[in-house]
Amino acid sequence: MNLDFSDDQKFLQEEARKFLKKENALLRNRTVLENQSHFDQELWTKIVELGWTGIRIPEEFDGLGLGHLELCVIAEELGRFLAPVPFSSSVYLFTEAIIKYGSEEMKKDLLPKLVSGDVIGTMAVTEDLFAPSKDNIKLSCESGKINGKKIAVPDASIATHALVVAKSDKGICLQVADLSHEGVLIEHQENIDESRGHFSITFEGVDTHAIGDEISGWDIYESIINQAAVLFAYEQIGGSQASLDMAVNYAKERYAFGRPIGSYQAIKHKLADMYIALTLAKSNCYYAAWALSTDSADLPSASATARVSAIKAYQLCSQENIQTHGGNGFTWEYDCHMFYRRSKLLSLNLGSLSNWREKLVTSLEQSNIN
Amino acid sequence: MDFNDTKEEAKFRKKCRDWLEKNATYKEDSTPQNDDFANKDKMKAAKAWQKKKYDAGWAMLHWPKEYGGIGASSMERIIWANEEAKFDVPKGIFEIGLGMCGPVMMEYASEEQKERYLPPMAEGKEIWCQLFSEPSAGSDVAGLRSKAVQKGDKWIINGQKVWTSGAHFSDYGILVVRHDPDLEKHKGMTFFFVDMKSPGIEVKPIKQITGGSSFNEVYFTDVEIPDSQRLGEIGDGWKVAITTLMNERLAVGDAGGADVEDAFRWAKTQDNLGEPLLNNKAARESIADWYCEKSGLKNTKLRTMSALSRGDTPGPEASITKIVSAGKLQNIGNFGIDSLDMAGMLRTDNNDVKGFQNAWLGAPGMRIAGGTDEILRNIIAERVLGLPQDPRADKGVAFKDIPSGNS
Repeated sequence: MNLDFSDDQKFLQEEARKFLKKENALLRNRTVLENQSHFDQELWTKIVELGWTGIRIPEEFDGLGLGHLELCVIAEELGRFLAPVPFSSSVYLFTEAIIKYGSEEMKKDLLPKLVSGDVIGTMAVTEDLFAPSKDNIKLSCESGKINGKKIAVPDASIATHALVVAKSDKGICLQVADLSHEGVLIEHQENIDESRGHFSITFEGVDTHAIGDEISGWDIYESIINQAAVLFAYEQIGGSQASLDMAVNYAKERYAFGRPIGSYQAIKHKLADMYIALTLAKSNCYYAAWALSTDSADLPSASATARVSAIKAYQLCSQENIQTHGGNGFTWEYDCHMFYRRSKLLSLNLGSLSNWREKLVTSLEQSNIN
Repeated sequence: MDFNDTKEEAKFRKKCRDWLEKNATYKEDSTPQNDDFANKDKMKAAKAWQKKKYDAGWAMLHWPKEYGGIGASSMERIIWANEEAKFDVPKGIFEIGLGMCGPVMMEYASEEQKERYLPPMAEGKEIWCQLFSEPSAGSDVAGLRSKAVQKGDKWIINGQKVWTSGAHFSDYGILVVRHDPDLEKHKGMTFFFVDMKSPGIEVKPIKQITGGSSFNEVYFTDVEIPDSQRLGEIGDGWKVAITTLMNERLAVGDAGGADVEDAFRWAKTQDNLGEPLLNNKAARESIADWYCEKSGLKNTKLRTMSALSRGDTPGPEASITKIVSAGKLQNIGNFGIDSLDMAGMLRTDNNDVKGFQNAWLGAPGMRIAGGTDEILRNIIAERVLGLPQDPRADKGVAFKDIPSGNS
């Protein structure tokens, strides 16, 4: 019985934490947010130099050849410091998709460049102001040429490539598009967490390469987000922990009516509830990390469980952190709002809480929990 | 990460399972839990099972051999408990004695007393209860007022205890009382164990919301306890009590009863306006949330076990168990009953419905017993998160001068 990370993995996590702290990732996040500069180039370059972009990429493609568990501990730290980099888009989604479903040729071409940072990937799914599904994708694909518009695509301004969910006459397919091609138009869309830029992409007759076969695009997409949900959940528990720590520290230092506000049960019980939600989410993340690292048949339910509880924990921790800070928490100056924004961004990026609850129950029906 | 036993653990698990398979039968889905020990046959069955375990060394396997155990490790104890839980065996009667009284006796009783009392406790021959709470000392158990007056080599006890589980069938009890109300609250208490058949002890069962009576009021009128049955020094009562309460938190874990699997199974077939209940969006969302809570607790337990398996001290994560499971129990009880619409009022023979109604009736007790939701939140806030205590009106004051509101 060992539901825990190894000493090496814990060491990696410790190093990641020290690095992001030294680099002032949280302050960098504020700068990106205020300047609407979409990401921090310098921090991203340093992260690439540390090799994090190649953690899961096999050594034959210049990566470190490590496992998902190493990626989980890095994700938790990136979440804790709100690192304003395209890591989730490029690593959890694009790189993982190429490793699992890319052709040999694609791997040879893209994986070494993903390690070196010459290629940055993202994923483009949503087309309108509602959840994408295999029945409402309109962006068309004919003999690899795609036409149509995607919205709310994270990190598209610096991404060189995108995984695009498209519709062919046979069904849903998943295409890799080179965003430097002519016919690609990328436009900034204002969003509620400008520390991570979001964009619309219009494709006009752009040549692309399919990943997997032409008809199982939606299944592949589902499999990619089931995996990514675990890594997103690690960012979410990192952010939840940071929010809880902020609230606890403030409650110890802030006095009202002659005593620390943390000595009032109204505050204590709020913070205890945050701890409870976080602990449930964290424990579910451990199990999902195991399921991810072993490609277990439990992955769909394990990742949905981790995601639902991590969304709930981060939502609670980030909003009650503001509440604990009182008026100060509502100011732009305090960091509380940056966690509040990120918690919402991470809860939407792979689909909403209510749709993941639905996915969870569907997976329980399929696996018959009783 | 892996979920495999080590070689030794696997061997031990097989040994447990082999013995259990020979001596008991596996539990089935929705086997209703029955803990009505006023029923003499059930008590007899519980005692017989405990004796069988004792003879084979499983009763208190982590205790040293001389007191009836086999000196098992914490991990082996958990493995045994995991395996035993899969079988339809009596439970709920020896937990207080073995989980709370045993450890206190182990730590504070004389060698002679340990040899006399621990083996029959493990064997189920003698049942123990815990006499702490009082009418005016619940969450604030240190506010207790039952009096002990020293008279030669004896103590004379007067007062009343309450919420004493199993007092009506117990042979012995552990007892904390106030020996000096002029001292500060936490300094004026002393700890004993007492023969429940002593003259002057009167036990009155309390009828609960559920209709059953698992606990009691216990009245003490001039009850004599020899000084040799004092556990710890005079005035150390609170320190000894804390040892017990720490063990109580380990003993009172998961709130048993209807769980998400039951809600899920039920929702698949229960009609809701012409469709299976499981097609209802609100039902699905609730089931998803309970599944997340249930898995979260299970995986939290696995993290704790991982630490034990390595020989490390577990983190504070297990402190969330009761608060989460008791709340979930109440919600699932409500869900199941509501799903019957107007007929939810009726007591029926259906085991699932019984399960939901028992959950709903029993859950309020689970949210209170062994630390209320509120006290547990205080404990998490103060001990885990390090928040400061509330300012207190009872510090540095003689016990008799503390405001009590009703005297």
